[in-house]
Amino acid sequence: MENASIIRIEKLVKRFPVGKTEFTALNGINISFGTGEFAGLVGPSGSGKTTLLNIIGSLDSPSEGDVDVLGSSVSSLSHKQSAKLRNRHIGFIFQTFNLLPVYTVYENVEFALLLQKLSGSERYKAVMDSLEWVGLTDKVKSKPSMLSGGECQRVAIARSMVKRPEIVLADEPTANLDSKNSHHILQTMKNLNRELKTTFIFATHDEKVMQYLDRIITLEDGKVVRDNLETALKN
Amino acid sequence: MLALKLAFKNLMGAGLRTWLNVSVLSFAFVIILFYNGMIDGWNRQSRRDTIEWETGKGQFWHPEYDRYDAYTIKDAHALISDEIKAEVKKKNLAPVLISEATAFPQGRMHGVILRGVDPEQTVLKLPTSKLGISDDTDLAIIGKRMAESLKLSVGDKVLIRWRDKNGTFDAREIQIASIFKCDVPTVDKGQIYLRLDVLQKMMGMENEVTMLIAGNGFVDKPLKNWEFKDTGFLLSDIDKIIKTKKAGGSIMEGLLLIIALIAIFDTQVLSIFRRQKEIGTYIALGMTRPQVVGIFTVEGGAHSILATLLGAVYGIPLFLLLGKMGISMKSAQMTDISIAEKIYPYYSIRLIIITIVLVVISATIVSYLPARRISKMKPTDALKGKLQ
Repeated sequence: MENASIIRIEKLVKRFPVGKTEFTALNGINISFGTGEFAGLVGPSGSGKTTLLNIIGSLDSPSEGDVDVLGSSVSSLSHKQSAKLRNRHIGFIFQTFNLLPVYTVYENVEFALLLQKLSGSERYKAVMDSLEWVGLTDKVKSKPSMLSGGECQRVAIARSMVKRPEIVLADEPTANLDSKNSHHILQTMKNLNRELKTTFIFATHDEKVMQYLDRIITLEDGKVVRDNLETALKN
Repeated sequence: MLALKLAFKNLMGAGLRTWLNVSVLSFAFVIILFYNGMIDGWNRQSRRDTIEWETGKGQFWHPEYDRYDAYTIKDAHALISDEIKAEVKKKNLAPVLISEATAFPQGRMHGVILRGVDPEQTVLKLPTSKLGISDDTDLAIIGKRMAESLKLSVGDKVLIRWRDKNGTFDAREIQIASIFKCDVPTVDKGQIYLRLDVLQKMMGMENEVTMLIAGNGFVDKPLKNWEFKDTGFLLSDIDKIIKTKKAGGSIMEGLLLIIALIAIFDTQVLSIFRRQKEIGTYIALGMTRPQVVGIFTVEGGAHSILATLLGAVYGIPLFLLLGKMGISMKSAQMTDISIAEKIYPYYSIRLIIITIVLVVISATIVSYLPARRISKMKPTDALKGKLQ
């Protein structure tokens, strides 16, 4: 951990109703993340990685416990406050890219800024800077359907970074990419992490991703079974 | 503004699906405008013609007179005062005496109404100046419908029989001096126009009339012993017909609109079902659920804006053409409805605005109904595209 905690999770429990019973996806999680971390939640399917990521991103709420993101308790935020938190401070990268198909690369990246009511020139500069980071300035007018998987994910990275968030949450970002593209993407994110001190948290079980992570938190059956914080500190 | 921009972007991105919905809605839009424009055009024409040919600016009736009851005619006549005579002289009032009679064209028998009018009147468009004086026979004018019904032409003579004020039968031949063309059936059908003084003499009702028709120069004032009927009352039959026609038309318009709206509703349901990931992405990017509902609602509602524009592309030239050429109504002309040979549709700004507002509001409502589901969606499930 390089700095003070920007994410603090205490005694987090998340249950989902399954028929008449409940399934406990997360069970007593205690973790903190500091500024500039490049961390990963790893573990088998159903271990609770994505659920934890969703709660950190305030897309979901805890059943019990407290999740504090940038000084705000996720469970106490209204829909509007959650939306504002996501819009200003959290970037998302998804396994399936989730680009908006009818928009161009430029418009996809610009989208988050439209909600921030920035001026056209401010948006243009931010979008072009962001696309430059991922090396896609020559594709501004292309639609997602005209791009390769790797390019789509780079657009998604640019979209998540354009608002200069403190936190980027990446859910299996390399799952749909080949090895070469995966390394390219990860290297890009690693560079951004170093340059902008953005905290990256991955949910993954991809070995390639793990090679790049400074901190690996292993989840099993909704519990943290290993957290190599020492490795992160060493790095 | 953002919602509108995004909505149009999404609509354009949806391609053919959008244009199919927009086409159906624009068709409904144009039909609604066309039909209402036609009815309004008809209404304007009928009212104008009826005022010019029959009612004037209003009528003063003898208290006994009832236009729907022929039995009142024989008692509905009275002398006119000097004050009225002065107004008649100034051509502000046109006196009319009405009487029942029977015509015998070529041996056939027809019930007719004789109307005595002042040949010099200018209140009505009736060509009363043709009611000159002939030495041997009295001249009459009739309408085209009446001429066809009695099979009479200009110059023909026809025998009429009537009962004077004492109930005594009398008969004489009259000669058709002119046949006029008029779109108001009540002016034409079953009516024979004679000189007022001739009819007064025939009836033994010197200086007596049944009604007085007010012209534009008449300054509104009550006339003692005469009941004033304004144009609202006199045109009430037309209003009723127009109202009935509009009501009938609105069923067809409603059906068309419903078909178009169902198409939009269906598209919206499908769109929300198919675009769950997109909805989840909007939320992940920082939109609130009401904002996403707003995008989808505006998107559906925007169909109506595109429909208005598309409708304008083919509707305006079509309406201009119809406005210039008119719509033939020959088949309806021989009915009892006041209708011109051609109707020139009239599209008022009010009609256009009301139609646009109706289409936009309806499209927005049917777009909002399925979009409400978004507010109940879990963003985590939406992002996965899970069925909800």
